[in-house]
Amino acid sequence: MSVYKIIDHEYDVIVLGAGGSGLRAAVGLSEAGLKTACISKVFPTRSHTSAAQGGISAALGNMGEDDWRWHMYDTVKGADWLGDQDSIEYLCKEAPKAVIELEKYGVPFSRTDDGKIYQRPFGGMTKDYGNGIAQRTCAAADRTGHAILHTLYGQALKHNTEFFIEYFALDLLMKDGECKGLIAWNLNDGTIHRFRAHSTIIATGGYGKVYYSATSAHTCTGDGNAMVLRAGLPLQDMEFVQFHPTGIYGHGTLISEGVRGEGGYLVNSKGERFMERYAPKAKDLASRDVVSRSMSIEINEGRGVGKEQDHVHLHLSHLDKNIIESRLPGITEAARLFANVDVTREPIPVVPTVHYNMGGIPTNYKTEVLTVNGSEKTVPGLMAVGEAACVSVHGANRLGSNSLIDLVVFGKAAAMRAAELVKPGTTHENIGESETERCLERFDKLRNSNGEKSTAELRLSMQKTMQSKCAVFRTEKTLKEGADEIRKTYDDMSSISVKDKSLIFNTDLVETLEFDNLIRQAITTVDSAYNRKESRGAHAREDFPKRDDEKFMQHTIAWCNGKDTKIGYRPVTKKTLTNEVQYFPPQERVY
Amino acid sequence: MVQINLPKNSEVQKGNYYEDKTGSKNIRTVNVYRWDPSSGENPREDTYEVDMNNCPSKVLDILNKIKNEIDPSLAYRRSCAHGVCGSCAMNMDGKNGLACTKPHSEIEGDINIYPLPHLKVKKDLIGDLSGLYKQYESIEPWLKTNTKVETTEIIQSKKDRKKLDGAYECIMCACCSTSCPSYWWNGDKFLGPAVLLQAYRWIVDSRDDERKERLKKVADELKLYRCHTIMNCTNACPKGLNPAKAIAELKKMLATS
Repeated sequence: MSVYKIIDHEYDVIVLGAGGSGLRAAVGLSEAGLKTACISKVFPTRSHTSAAQGGISAALGNMGEDDWRWHMYDTVKGADWLGDQDSIEYLCKEAPKAVIELEKYGVPFSRTDDGKIYQRPFGGMTKDYGNGIAQRTCAAADRTGHAILHTLYGQALKHNTEFFIEYFALDLLMKDGECKGLIAWNLNDGTIHRFRAHSTIIATGGYGKVYYSATSAHTCTGDGNAMVLRAGLPLQDMEFVQFHPTGIYGHGTLISEGVRGEGGYLVNSKGERFMERYAPKAKDLASRDVVSRSMSIEINEGRGVGKEQDHVHLHLSHLDKNIIESRLPGITEAARLFANVDVTREPIPVVPTVHYNMGGIPTNYKTEVLTVNGSEKTVPGLMAVGEAACVSVHGANRLGSNSLIDLVVFGKAAAMRAAELVKPGTTHENIGESETERCLERFDKLRNSNGEKSTAELRLSMQKTMQSKCAVFRTEKTLKEGADEIRKTYDDMSSISVKDKSLIFNTDLVETLEFDNLIRQAITTVDSAYNRKESRGAHAREDFPKRDDEKFMQHTIAWCNGKDTKIGYRPVTKKTLTNEVQYFPPQERVY
Repeated sequence: MVQINLPKNSEVQKGNYYEDKTGSKNIRTVNVYRWDPSSGENPREDTYEVDMNNCPSKVLDILNKIKNEIDPSLAYRRSCAHGVCGSCAMNMDGKNGLACTKPHSEIEGDINIYPLPHLKVKKDLIGDLSGLYKQYESIEPWLKTNTKVETTEIIQSKKDRKKLDGAYECIMCACCSTSCPSYWWNGDKFLGPAVLLQAYRWIVDSRDDERKERLKKVADELKLYRCHTIMNCTNACPKGLNPAKAIAELKKMLATS
């Protein structure tokens, strides 16, 4: 592909993505003295971490007694026993330190009367192993993600991290099963860049945009996940897609679980607080999969509100106006802008909306990427963190406020592990041109495609399929139809068209490359869901309504080559990391 | 009277006209600034007839509709689509704002969409914000504390925390700075409202131990005092913040220190 000018770079470590986890990793790497590049398709503070609202969980105990072991139990139960308990122990034990560190970085947390970090109740967060509600979620009003992201960007500036901003990553450079860096396209001037690194950390976030209605940003296209698939490596637990109970009806904008944490509740068309029936103890603060399913049942049984009876109401007008003003200002603004609702007088129309991907790139608790090839092994030179990764701490369902803590705990862990593995200034071996050629061939083919189908048309078809066939409730029939339909859309890519042929800020081509990334993940998601014949966490099969620990207390591992997938399984880690806590065996999951 | 003309290659020319093909009776005319750096051509204004029957309420929805259904080559930044990431800042109907929160019903007649003013344009509606980002870096946006306590947070009273309200929420969209005439003329030296608001955010943070040094750093004829309280910034802020007040506070602190 001699038409493209290639600019080479050499780094000790590269981080792909500049959201919460990518920035935290980059800060740690710079601190460790490693020559680090952080590459992102958007300016760091535009990353979707900025949209996180309610808070970040850590057993600080500022609002009553707390223990990281209780946090661990809640996370294991929230995950419906699909989480790896060594990783969950690491997360919950490290969480308080990580939040204190963020505070020292300058995060403007809300405060208690005695000047400590304010913590609010959140779904599934309990005291003493399920006996009472814990206040564990540390908050900066309802803009916690924004506050953390901007603060972490400041820290990265403090440590002189080298950024490559508005660079779109194309593919990993693999040699003999090891990762040697990646190739990216600089949108600013149209040049192609080859980054060599001894360790590549993927922090590209989730892929919510495979669905039609999602709280995710337009940029949440899981580019890192797709790069991993194209490198011949598997993704894990892709069938577990979290539907957030409260996305604004018709628009999808997130309304924080913090609203229910502060005392808001859901109501059906009969004016009934229906969550009392589904989760007598936790009620509106049951975990997200439980609340979303309950809402869907209410709607399906004809108790939805509105003209189409297809959503429910979230009430918060009974809350003290001062609380709304000081703790929920962001959602007040969002409800006004996107639902035309004054929350002090009217309820917000809400519906379960795609929000988070529990699945992603399989890693161990040190964030090293795993694959299965005969036996389980790490992929040298490759790490993953944040929503892109599947550590797996969230298992089959993530608890609210566990994602922000995941970002910083494992972002830091990645930096520490890379510092152990990479000696600063180590020379890079020659890797030849074949990987670069293959990557640029795909790029060039898409750029020069002149078919009759627009990217937007194909993307919409994929999103509608996923929305109707792989939603809150699934059956053999819908998933089979979904798997067939999504493959038709994949086949239609042969007649895709890219109108803009230029190389500078060619957003037509960016969206096409993103679609190419999305559709592979859509296929992987549907096939993983089809093969899991049980109900667990966010994966609810109407034809298999029970959890089946004997057959399926295992992670799904899925490879995807074109439209062909290969599905396998690997065991869930049933051991804790230390003797400070004992393994929590599976129980029936009731809230 | 002085006549100020644009250089010949910057004059905006009449561009393409995209007639409606849906047959809809509910059409709005949308004029969009276009410039492709690789073409060697002048900037132009393309006109799109957009079917409003199937278009949600915000200006970003119109742009997405144009890109998805009429002209995929149109380039603009967008991400979160609900006013928190700051990507889609642009000039709509002569006023800066976020396309994702600006209702098109507030605009009468033709809808004119331009990039943020007085920035170098990279392509179409995408402006070059690298100068502003450099300035942001220059105010050292991180906490500087001498605290030795490692295991607990730094105590901050509710009252002190309240001082950060109205400052920490800034999303760095640059709507304010690019609406400021002082920033238009002296954007290389004047820090502008967005960055000064952030300077203020760290100066009033009770946990920061370098308040004095920070104040001294911005106390500069060009960096700070190019602000002539025109107030365009506060008027432009899509988050309802008041950078002009923060700048006035900085001046007050300096006058009384």
